Amino acid sequence: MLSVVPDTTSKINFTDDNTRFDKAGIQFVMNPHDEFGLTKAMQIKESTGAELHVVHVGPQAFEPVMRKVLAIGADKAFRIDMEPADSYTTAVQLAAFLKDKDYDLIIAGKESLDYNGNAVHGLVAAMTGLRFVNAVMGLDFEGDKVLVTREIEGGKETLETRLPLLIGGQKGLVKEEELRIPNMRGIMMARKKPLEVIPPVEATQAVEFLRFEKPPVKSAVKLVDKDNLDELIDLLHNEAKVI
Amino acid sequence: MNILIFAEHNQGKPNKTAKELASYARALAGEGGTVTALGFGLQSPEDLYAYGVNQVLNVDDARFDSFNAKAYALALQQAVEKTGADVVLAGQTADGQYVGPLLAGLLGAAYVTQVVSLPENSKPLALKRKSFSNKAIATVQIDTEKAVLNLAKNSYGLHENPVGGSVENFAPQVDDAVFDDIRSVRVEKATGKVPLADAEIIVSAGRGLKGPENWGMIEELADVLGAATACSKPVADMGWRPHTEHVGQTGKQVAPNLYIAIGISGAIQHLAGVNSSKNILVINIDPEAPFFKAADYGVVGDAFEVVPKLIEKLKAFKAEH
Ligand SMILES: Cc1cc2nc3c(=O)[nH]c(=O)nc-3n(C[C@H](O)[C@H](O)[C@H](O)COP(=O)(O)OP(=O)(O)OC[C@H]3O[C@@H](n4cnc5c(N)ncnc54)[C@H](O)[C@@H]3O)c2cc1C
Repeated sequence: MLSVVPDTTSKINFTDDNTRFDKAGIQFVMNPHDEFGLTKAMQIKESTGAELHVVHVGPQAFEPVMRKVLAIGADKAFRIDMEPADSYTTAVQLAAFLKDKDYDLIIAGKESLDYNGNAVHGLVAAMTGLRFVNAVMGLDFEGDKVLVTREIEGGKETLETRLPLLIGGQKGLVKEEELRIPNMRGIMMARKKPLEVIPPVEATQAVEFLRFEKPPVKSAVKLVDKDNLDELIDLLHNEAKVI
Repeated sequence: MNILIFAEHNQGKPNKTAKELASYARALAGEGGTVTALGFGLQSPEDLYAYGVNQVLNVDDARFDSFNAKAYALALQQAVEKTGADVVLAGQTADGQYVGPLLAGLLGAAYVTQVVSLPENSKPLALKRKSFSNKAIATVQIDTEKAVLNLAKNSYGLHENPVGGSVENFAPQVDDAVFDDIRSVRVEKATGKVPLADAEIIVSAGRGLKGPENWGMIEELADVLGAATACSKPVADMGWRPHTEHVGQTGKQVAPNLYIAIGISGAIQHLAGVNSSKNILVINIDPEAPFFKAADYGVVGDAFEVVPKLIEKLKAFKAEH
């Protein structure tokens, strides 16, 4: 399950009287959390011969990102043709898509770096009843068992479960240097791979975005001379009241 | 309005997140509204009455001793049925973020995360949440009857509001199969350290520190302040520090009262994870470092000179206060 988001360096602006995200000039990329999941999926595909599909809820404009995933090595892509309006309606689409499939492992990113909902995959789990682990930083197979490591406050927890399984993946799932980029051959092959467009199912929004605003700007920094750290301690103590 | 909160605890004592949720819930419930907290093995309910919780439902069932998201979501769902809660609140913690969407899915309720304000409107509920990695704040309207909200850490704060509360044993009906489906086999936590999540002060360092061997002074500074330690992404990627310390857009989101950034340039992806901090102090050798634009206090200087001096000054300060 793939999400497409503004490049992390993007300046975020709004249009239509601050009611809509302004896509002008924004470069859209694969959600960074999803890159870890995709690479893990590729490794599993290579070691077991599994078939790898990718599904995305979004407009046609994002197809280049899906082609990129095919170029990296996915076998088939599905695009559910709608502009996602909220986590709930997006999850309804994905749950409906999964209904007549029987995937062993479904990988999402723990959070999409646009609306930061941290919601879709968990909602899909509730709607489908699939076993689900969030914030996954490790995944290993031991016979029929799946050992899943998730991040917890101040550490990590290893869980034992089985397939089929849905996970919200993140950093740690694979190493940074293992992340894949497409090569020329992959790009050529991707042109011939199937990208199926699916019409959305009926769904009513649970949440509407009414308007957006920028966070308040910080006032100018107070610089303290490095030879006058007493002043710094005084500011932290008496002004900020944090020590 | 009636509110249910998912109250997490450390060794039986409600943690800071639970108290912040209680504070928020009390304000949201309004006069005459009931705030109920569901805890699993919670031992000091009075710590929640102090923040406005009227009723504590405590699950005293060994099967729930270690967190199981599905089982907890089912228990919360049953607590919603019992209390008639309109809104359920969970915290921006590993467990809160895991159980939240499951519960919303079970209830057919809207799920709104990163909430930073009380509603401006109660029917329909409209409130503010962070979006685009802290680069924007969105006002959203909830169109479902019930809602599950996940409150952004440190966004509301702790507000004492003592009420007379009561505690009741609560025995949710959850099949053993749910617990067998996903079982915890091992928990690894850094011991004796302040966890990042609940830290009031975070001391964070970046590539400017040159190598892992130089973290002694960072840990010492954290020690003096009772702070947690964190780092920038490349520092974790190079293995100088554990990944659990990586903060930023692709790491942890933190919002302490004081965030101290040492030898970190202040890249946009780093700022996205830390700029909700109440106060930011930047120590950097380069006066042009972008982080100074996002800082409240700054010292231009070599960390290897400034940090040891700061430690000495703070030790003296702490001895007097
Ligand atoms: C998709 C994506 C996601 C990303 N996500 C994150 C993220 O979540 N978190 C994150 O941190 N980064 C993230 N990054 C990386 C980010 O862009 C920066 O590269 C990174 O934050 C820089 O780390 P740094 O500040 O430690 O190192 P540098 O940028 O190398 O900065 C080092 C700083 O130390 C200062 N310095 C050097 N010597 C000294 C000294 N002796 N005393 C004091 N100061 C000194 C320098 O002036 C400089 O400002 C992401 C990047 C991408 C592309």
